[in-house]
Amino acid sequence: MNRLVFFLGQAWDILKRVPKAPLLILFILVASALFANLLAPHDPEIGDPRQRLLPPFWEERGRMQYLLGTDTMGRDILSRLIYGSRISLLVAFAAVIFAACIGTTIGICAGFIGGWADQIIMRFVDAWLSIPTVMFGILMAVIMGPGVFNIVIIMSLVFWTRYARITRGETLSLKTRDFVHLATIAGCGRWRIMRKHILPNVMSSVITLASLQIGIVVVVEASLTFLGVGVPPPKPAWGLMLSEGRGGLIAGYWWLVVFPGVAIALLVMSFNVIGDWLRLYLDPHYRNLE
Amino acid sequence: MVSVIVFLAAHLSGDPALLIAPPGADEADLKEIRQRFGLDKPLPIQYFNFIRKGLKGDLGESILYGLPVSEIVIGHLPATFLLIGAAKFISLGIGLVAGVLAARRRGGWLDNLVRWFSLAGLSMPNFWIALLLILVFSVQLRVLPTGGYGSVAHLLMPAFSLGWYFSAGYTRLTYSSLLQVLNSEYIKLARVKGLPEISIVGKHAFKNAIIPVVTLAGMNLVVMISGAVAVETVFAWPGLGQLMYIGAVNRDFNVVQAVVLFVSILMVMMNLLVDILYAYLDPRIRYQ
Repeated sequence: MNRLVFFLGQAWDILKRVPKAPLLILFILVASALFANLLAPHDPEIGDPRQRLLPPFWEERGRMQYLLGTDTMGRDILSRLIYGSRISLLVAFAAVIFAACIGTTIGICAGFIGGWADQIIMRFVDAWLSIPTVMFGILMAVIMGPGVFNIVIIMSLVFWTRYARITRGETLSLKTRDFVHLATIAGCGRWRIMRKHILPNVMSSVITLASLQIGIVVVVEASLTFLGVGVPPPKPAWGLMLSEGRGGLIAGYWWLVVFPGVAIALLVMSFNVIGDWLRLYLDPHYRNLE
Repeated sequence: MVSVIVFLAAHLSGDPALLIAPPGADEADLKEIRQRFGLDKPLPIQYFNFIRKGLKGDLGESILYGLPVSEIVIGHLPATFLLIGAAKFISLGIGLVAGVLAARRRGGWLDNLVRWFSLAGLSMPNFWIALLLILVFSVQLRVLPTGGYGSVAHLLMPAFSLGWYFSAGYTRLTYSSLLQVLNSEYIKLARVKGLPEISIVGKHAFKNAIIPVVTLAGMNLVVMISGAVAVETVFAWPGLGQLMYIGAVNRDFNVVQAVVLFVSILMVMMNLLVDILYAYLDPRIRYQ
């Protein structure tokens, strides 16, 4: 009980100080993802062929039923955006959590065990890191095929190495500290030390990295989907909406391209601002640097 | 470096025959494909063959073009290097100027503007910037072509949409490292000597402040090739990115693999080069 109160207190403390505008944007997007079926005025995947390519409501031919207009198949843009937030947020959070779990486990093990195992693992991580992100994603996507679940796997495979590097470095310095030696003397096993003594101490850097990375994950997912190797149609993913809207660009159907992009940019921007803030909050060391 | 290849080769083990085979191929076709590409042999032997051929520059044939993959990759290099060079020029230009200006007037309106500009660059996917640029400059104003290759006009929009993202990093780095340098003793000495402000910032501080920026710029050079995939696709720019995109869409696995392999090796070499350049720029760093 006490721990819960402590935890809630901390959460409140963070919430009080976090920048408000990005938090609000994030809140709106999360809410629209959770309650997409209540909020969306139309079906995101089935359109009305008679209502094709309507502009947003303030334009001449626009209608109030279709606030942000319709696409080439007569589907409501707003509804697709709302359902799209589900995919983007799901992929982003799931991928970052998977990547953090894999990377942290491997990083702590490598750092703690040390010796040749550490050397092998870290050379492997170095090699993995030297494969450029987007291209690696495309290669994996070609091998694994499209799909939301596959994208999550691909993203976590692309991004886990950074966690391994950071946690391994911290573990190396942590394991020479007195409290770890004391734990060893007290008879703790290796796994227990790693779990109970090392892991909590590397958590803040893992969280910082995750919050800084989540925006990049959203962009890379959108890129893969845009290139046609990510989330398959007719799902309402934002990247997919952009690639479908690309064809209508020359004809001047700007709303097909502008709104999904705004959604991505707003999401990534709020992630970035909050991530930046969290980095400073969790590491007072940085405050003097900037 | 070899381990990069190990990893890639390991991925060949999925079942590459399925990737190579046209949709609707039956078991007999698969078997034939496995035999033709040596995929029926045990994995270590396959890997050995892969390395042996790869070192000779033979990465297999493209199914789509019917040409050796290495030839196609080399053919697409000039366009990519041109685009990367231009994007680098734009991003470094924006980054250095914006960083210095913002650091000189900390907390002013210019500082805020620069901050928003970098945040926007970091948050907008580059292919979306590309689409917006087409919308404004090709569809509305009709001053720039929507895509293609050949003239400076063709280069402007792709280079800018690719460069904006990277300029944000340079801006921040120039900003913070210039502030750090400006606080150091030797700058105070320069001030005491009564040197004009422009000479202090431009000559004495800038030279030291630029070191981390150069490092980042070098490391980013290859990252840019990877980031350019979507931009090249939007503008039909005939570089590695577009090659990879066409390969991916047509399941031309050899091409996709070769591009990734090539760019990864480039990345490793680049990191080495940056280390050397770093030592050259900062005489305090010397490797034994």
